[in-house]
Amino acid sequence: MKKGKSSDSKQVLKVRRFIYNETTAGYIFALPFIIGFLGFTIVPIVSSFYYSFTDYSLIDKKSWVGLDNYVKLMGDKRFWNSVYVTFKYVITSVPLKLIFALFIAMIMTRKTRLTGFYRSLYYVPSLIGGSIAVTLVWKELFSRRGLINQMLGMLGIDRVSWFGDQRMALIPLILLTVWQFGSSMIIFAAGLKQIPTTYYEAAKIDGANRIKSFFKITLPCLSPVILYNLVMQTISAFMTFTQAFVITSGGPNDATNFYALYMYNNAFTYRNMGYASAMSWIMLVVISIVTLVIFKSSKYWVFSEADK
Amino acid sequence: MVYPVLWMITGSLKNNTEILNGALSLIPPNWRWDNFVRGWKGFGGVTFATFFRNSFMITIISTFATVISSACIAYSFARLRYRGRKFMFTMMIMTMLLPGQVLLIPTYIIYNKLGLVPSVIPLILPHFLGQAFFIYQMMQFMAGIPRELDEAAFVDGCSRYSIFTRIIIPLLKPSIITTVIIQFYWKWDDFQGPLVYLSQPTSYTVSIALKLFADSTSTTDYGAMFSMSTLSLIPVFLIFLFFNRYLTEGISTSGLKG
Repeated sequence: MKKGKSSDSKQVLKVRRFIYNETTAGYIFALPFIIGFLGFTIVPIVSSFYYSFTDYSLIDKKSWVGLDNYVKLMGDKRFWNSVYVTFKYVITSVPLKLIFALFIAMIMTRKTRLTGFYRSLYYVPSLIGGSIAVTLVWKELFSRRGLINQMLGMLGIDRVSWFGDQRMALIPLILLTVWQFGSSMIIFAAGLKQIPTTYYEAAKIDGANRIKSFFKITLPCLSPVILYNLVMQTISAFMTFTQAFVITSGGPNDATNFYALYMYNNAFTYRNMGYASAMSWIMLVVISIVTLVIFKSSKYWVFSEADK
Repeated sequence: MVYPVLWMITGSLKNNTEILNGALSLIPPNWRWDNFVRGWKGFGGVTFATFFRNSFMITIISTFATVISSACIAYSFARLRYRGRKFMFTMMIMTMLLPGQVLLIPTYIIYNKLGLVPSVIPLILPHFLGQAFFIYQMMQFMAGIPRELDEAAFVDGCSRYSIFTRIIIPLLKPSIITTVIIQFYWKWDDFQGPLVYLSQPTSYTVSIALKLFADSTSTTDYGAMFSMSTLSLIPVFLIFLFFNRYLTEGISTSGLKG
């Protein structure tokens, strides 16, 4: 009887020691990540690779088609158009947004009594910019008789059919993206505050004007923050979907048929899961390359603390 | 800068001709509150009360789940020493850079196989497994909590678990508040998720309902659409008004060290 009890307590002690072990605790706390990483990252990525070699409509049985999807994609004019449109959109909207965000951030960080209130006000766009409500409003702003055309009219410029003209349709979408500059702006503002004012004072004594100190002090000191914003905004610009889906549905004549939208339509409208999976994989590879290029190039333009 | 927003808000009190003809003016000639009544009716016999309830439910559960799971994971990565930690941390950073659209289709296929489409589960479940952006942000914050506190608690007999609940969680509050706000916005505004995973009007969220409301009739009732759009932004504005200070601080610290 007694013996049994002591071996029981030994058992309990062992279990307790195991549970309270640092490694065990570490894995227990990390468990959600482990499950999520395997279930929601690894499995989907691997399975989409497999699906990209099949013909699969969700209802019929899938059949192995080898490289067919990829071969078809290479000959798909709408695919190449979506790549072209997306790149055009990324290349124009991301720099514009960052320049705009930096410009506003510099105004914001000047010490005035209104700064706090203004900063809140300027944050509004990015707060609600992604919402459907604003996207719908945007559509009306640029409609034929909308606000923008009336303003152009007052300047004596003819009405523009923003969403009817292939050359114009991308512009409202780019402007909406730029308008959502708030979060980049706040990150820039935080970065600007970190730059010691002594740098500027020293530059002033040495006779540098504002423009010179902007290029020689502000930009280099801010470069790590620029890198962060650039990478994050580039990735999210590549994935733009909602705006095009809601405002233009990809039209006119596919002028705003973003990659993510075309992929969505292939999967959920045409029920072509295999084809869409191949598109996902190409997107993954392309975005990885672009991100890698940005990181590699950062060696030449990002100044880390050690260099200063 | 905020003109489009003001235009929408005042537009919710105008009728179609007033919106389209006097586009520039902000002040509605007549305050037409009946826009809200017409808008609230929704479409297909489902009112906006249902859409708002669905949105609130999904958003609140997801936000709560994100906070708990991300805090646990951040604690594990930031405070505990064990084999495999560095590797997992690297993987987490990779997922942060991984474009979400890439996972959309395979994840949908998996849920579909599990018979979970259409349902709200795909919209909520991932949040119980941590969100990389918030884990990273919480880790940054934890780095600022002195390790001596953990050690003192450990000497006093606290386990790794009670250090988490008694020391880390209470001190993590500012970071938790930031997470709550940002996650709330993201989930409230989410469009593609509900678009893909919901198919019954009774389960639609506000964002889907707005889009369909705008499409539902051939001649859009702009006043009613703007009134519901305005309502849809109220929760976001309220949270912003209350927590504005935390938000700007939280984003700037998390972004800076990235």
